[in-house]
Amino acid sequence: MAMHQISLADDGYGDGVHRNIIFEREFLVMGFLTYLINGLSLGSVYALIALGYTMVYGIAKMLNFAHGDVIMIGAYLVFICTSNAGMPAIVSIVIAIGCCTALGMIIEKIAYAPLRKATNLAVLITAIGVSYFLQNVALLVFGSNPVSFTSIIPWKGLTFAGGQLKITGNAIIAISVCLVIMIVLMWFVKNTKPGQAMRAVSEDRDAAVLMGINVNATISLTFAIGSGLAAIAGALLCSSYPSLTPYTGSMPGIKAFTAAVFGGIGSIPGALLGGLLLGIIEILAKAYISSELADAIVFAVLIIVLLVKPSGILGKQIKEKV
Amino acid sequence: MLEVKDLKVNYGVIQALKGISFEVNEGEVIALIGANGAGKTTTLQTISGMLTPTTGSVMLNGVDITRIPGHKIVSMGLAHVPEGRRVFPGLTVLENLKMGAYTRSNKKEIADSYEMVYESFPRLKERQNQLAGTLSGGEQQMLAMGRALMSKPSIVLMDEPSMGLSPIYVDEIFKIIQSISDAGTTVLLVEQNAKKALAIADRAYVLETGNIVLSGDAKDLMNDDSIKKAYLGE
Repeated sequence: MAMHQISLADDGYGDGVHRNIIFEREFLVMGFLTYLINGLSLGSVYALIALGYTMVYGIAKMLNFAHGDVIMIGAYLVFICTSNAGMPAIVSIVIAIGCCTALGMIIEKIAYAPLRKATNLAVLITAIGVSYFLQNVALLVFGSNPVSFTSIIPWKGLTFAGGQLKITGNAIIAISVCLVIMIVLMWFVKNTKPGQAMRAVSEDRDAAVLMGINVNATISLTFAIGSGLAAIAGALLCSSYPSLTPYTGSMPGIKAFTAAVFGGIGSIPGALLGGLLLGIIEILAKAYISSELADAIVFAVLIIVLLVKPSGILGKQIKEKV
Repeated sequence: MLEVKDLKVNYGVIQALKGISFEVNEGEVIALIGANGAGKTTTLQTISGMLTPTTGSVMLNGVDITRIPGHKIVSMGLAHVPEGRRVFPGLTVLENLKMGAYTRSNKKEIADSYEMVYESFPRLKERQNQLAGTLSGGEQQMLAMGRALMSKPSIVLMDEPSMGLSPIYVDEIFKIIQSISDAGTTVLLVEQNAKKALAIADRAYVLETGNIVLSGDAKDLMNDDSIKKAYLGE
């Protein structure tokens, strides 16, 4: 049996992925399935981050570019709790979720709420400012050297087809967590009072006030949920790509924002679809085309989709208000 | 029931309301008429807490609501049907009505309100699963009114309910306003259609560039020469 070993170059997250690609049909299929699952796993993380972008955009009508950096803070918090304080993974995650939720609400209160009536551009610039602020604070506190994140998921995963198809525990947990959160969130928005308030505020803020809905509290809740999810996304991301620096959140943040636009910004199922597709496209492009060009391919696909359907795959046409 | 005193509202340097005072008693239909830019919508928005006045006060059932945020005023028994209807276009008719009952929690009473609204607006029942954005203008107006009634208000503010509607719908909307009043709800109505408004109102106030220039019994105003000339086109 002739075997060739091809090593794929660095995948952009610092841990060169080396895989055996075996030129035999069955092996090719298994390889493809592995990539697909890795893509779904990465896509699930993008989807979780994209949720934060899409919900905040839908309800507060702003792009929170600091969202990616909340992921980084969440990952550092998990790292400190597990590696420095020796806490169990689940406790660390809960602490990180709590802190990021609070952080999200504080950012909203201090940086964005005073700009409620300001132009979109002012809010956007503020968001970019908050993003750099969080990165710089992280640089001061944690330094610029990467820390090695220990996966919070000790499970090795499942092996199929006599060892040819391996699904890592990280992938299984990331995909499951993402799906469960999506289902819970869609149920929450449709069936609870605060969820109802979110839908009303996203449709028409002034009319929502006339229904007796507290718009500020609703926006604050949206930031809380988005930032809590960012903590989970940070832990999952760094479990698969363990090199953690103050800039870790920035690229996944931009890609998740892309995923949100791709799926249709403002739409929760759109964030899921966009995130998963983006993850799959990225991993497949890395595996079969070029790992250097993977990001360019991802964005090229985005541009094509937006040319064909400017509101994104599941996006609603936004009506101009008179 | 509702008492507005010396209300002044500014948009930047422009003074939209220059100190208006009026009152609405329980069970009345009060019309606020005037031309474009007279300050009618500003008055309603200030009452319902969307705008904050520079001076003056708004009392609702003896409580000063001038500085109370808009979302808290709804549960005090005041509903506002805004200008341009402002239904939630991406939600169904039923979901829109549900939003109207946002401040209430008693399921039995809410169910009664649905029934009451569907009785007054049978067309809404037919279309309850349709997206509100796909309704015609008249239907959207009915939905906006039904949605306001879902909060079980003691007073309803209505801003230009007949605007942009076909004559058949205009008649229907005024009939509905009359029946809302007959059911015991107080109505403060802002209208450009002065003729129709005066026909169903008990009393009326005439606004001109931020001042109340005339007030009185609706029937008297209808026969007033200056009103006839300026607002009734006679």
